[in-house]
Amino acid sequence: MNNNLQKAKLEPVWHTNKFIFALIFFLVTLFFFFPFINPSNFQLHLMIMIFMYAVMAQSWNVIAGFSGQISLGHVIFFGIGGYTSSFFYVEYGITPWIGIFIGILFSSLVAIAIGIPMLRLTGHYFAIATLLIGFSFQIIFQRWDLIGAASGLWIPLNWDNPWLTLQFHESKIPYYYIFLIFFLLSYFSIWIIYRSKIGFKLRAIRDDPQAASSLGIPVAKYKIIAFVISAIIMSPMGSLFAQYILVIEPERMFDIEISIIVLLIAVMGGVGNVWGPLIGTIILIPLSEYTRIFFGGTGGSVDLIIYGILIMLICIFRPSGLISFFPKKILERKKFL
Amino acid sequence: MTVVLEVENLSKSFGGIKANNNISFRASSGEIIGIIGPNGAGKSTLFDLITGYTKPDSGGVKFNGKSILNLRPDLISSLGIGRTFQKLKPFLDQTLLENVIIGALATGINLNQARDKALEMIDFVDLIDKRHYFAKELSTGQRKRLELARAMATEPKLLMMDEVTGGVDQKTVPGLVELIKKLNKLGVTILTIEHNMRVIMDISHKILALDQGKKIIFDKPKNVQLNEKVIDAYLGVVNATTS
Ligand SMILES: Nc1ncnc2c1ncn2[C@@H]1O[C@H](COP(=O)(O)OP(=O)(O)OP(=O)(O)O)[C@@H](O)[C@H]1O
Ligand SMILES: [Mg+2]
Repeated sequence: MNNNLQKAKLEPVWHTNKFIFALIFFLVTLFFFFPFINPSNFQLHLMIMIFMYAVMAQSWNVIAGFSGQISLGHVIFFGIGGYTSSFFYVEYGITPWIGIFIGILFSSLVAIAIGIPMLRLTGHYFAIATLLIGFSFQIIFQRWDLIGAASGLWIPLNWDNPWLTLQFHESKIPYYYIFLIFFLLSYFSIWIIYRSKIGFKLRAIRDDPQAASSLGIPVAKYKIIAFVISAIIMSPMGSLFAQYILVIEPERMFDIEISIIVLLIAVMGGVGNVWGPLIGTIILIPLSEYTRIFFGGTGGSVDLIIYGILIMLICIFRPSGLISFFPKKILERKKFL
Repeated sequence: MTVVLEVENLSKSFGGIKANNNISFRASSGEIIGIIGPNGAGKSTLFDLITGYTKPDSGGVKFNGKSILNLRPDLISSLGIGRTFQKLKPFLDQTLLENVIIGALATGINLNQARDKALEMIDFVDLIDKRHYFAKELSTGQRKRLELARAMATEPKLLMMDEVTGGVDQKTVPGLVELIKKLNKLGVTILTIEHNMRVIMDISHKILALDQGKKIIFDKPKNVQLNEKVIDAYLGVVNATTS
């Protein structure tokens, strides 16, 4: 018996799967070399959208998958990020690089401010409240003259200092690398958090808040922490997206569709797991970008219809998401990275 | 002996039902206190009042001389009161080891230390071979052990167990009883709610008998056994069904 105990103590807390590590290393290398194979602008754009939505779906996953709450208003952190960096650049000429961090700060403050009163809400009530908050932010930004109200902000074009102003007019490749780096940083941070003490405590709260509190975990505090972590990785995507399109308006930056899409991606890929949102993104984003080309314009929302059908299929056949197609041996947490 | 827990005139009503009606008792360091009473007597409610899951209407609870009335459950836990739940609350989608690691983290140690501590507790409850099983794959008896190990990992000075031997395979009862005695030998004061009279008479230093929210008696097992109200309210029924 004691022998078994000694043996068990020699096992690492987290097993690291060499195959998965190698696969990730290989993919990351591919990502870095991708621009060298002369991809078309559309292909670059597609990759940028994949990086962006992968991060946003991960942000949603932090709330839903790690602490168990369904947010329907996640777009607000995207909008706040986008508006903050743009506003400080337009108004004071502050480089968006700094703007990104001011955006993170604002998003975190908003996460705390709405997190505290919402803590008492669970299940449907939490979801409905986040939905309403999402709408209210859009309405507020549509009426707020300081930041351009409904017509939004136009970021003044600049050709002299592309890296300082974070504007690239000749090529999408710099955007590609910037989004790639943020994507890698976000996923790496979440991966670290997932395996940390905070990760354990958040999963405890997700599975059973009462049991968690009987083990000395302050549930409210950790729910707020999850909210803030989520906001911190979401917000820069808004800032970067604003720099990518250079014209932002409330319709676009606080679009409820974004809240819904990140939810669909995460659910489809698999919630509560670091890689689920990435898998969901790799499938859904190309799908929606291609339908957009195929049907023109915004895709006539055909992509949403396809999403809807896919989500129904997933719910029926693979309730724990596409990630469950991975061999069970790899997925079992003790062996999975 | 020093008094660890002091419950003073605790009362709680749900609508018209007086779930706890002026309950008082004390637990001293190193004691095992058994709590008995028929279904609906208010045993679990008493646990919830002590551990902060339910707010009492009146009365007081002191732990190591300090009032813990109206503190949040997590704060009460960090003061050194561990508990298990009658309706089990394992973290179903996590492994046994992960469940217990979460308990061990309560003592402020790092993840590796928490893992070692968790493994020791799992070994203590005799489930070391099942450490990588998901909680949902464990039997009811094993889940009860999980909850014990998880609560123990927080290093409580007082451990409150709600029907550890209830609803498990009868064969596993002696093992669970041994476990409780072993815990107690480590110096942990124990409150245990039990329906199994043989178990409760065997392990308790004192017994608190409740009926319809009221304390009937709080005394040594042999005195409780002879108490007429206890026999009326409880023992008669149980003896009839278990013998
Ligand atoms: N949250 C609640 N809301 C309303 N009534 C409650 C609540 N909790 C307990 N009660 C009632 O209080 C009384 C005592 O319940 P309690 O669960 O404490 O009994 P118990 O002694 O633990 O019973 P059992 O042996 O069945 O576990 C019961 O009548 C129960 O219906
Ligand atoms: Mg009960």
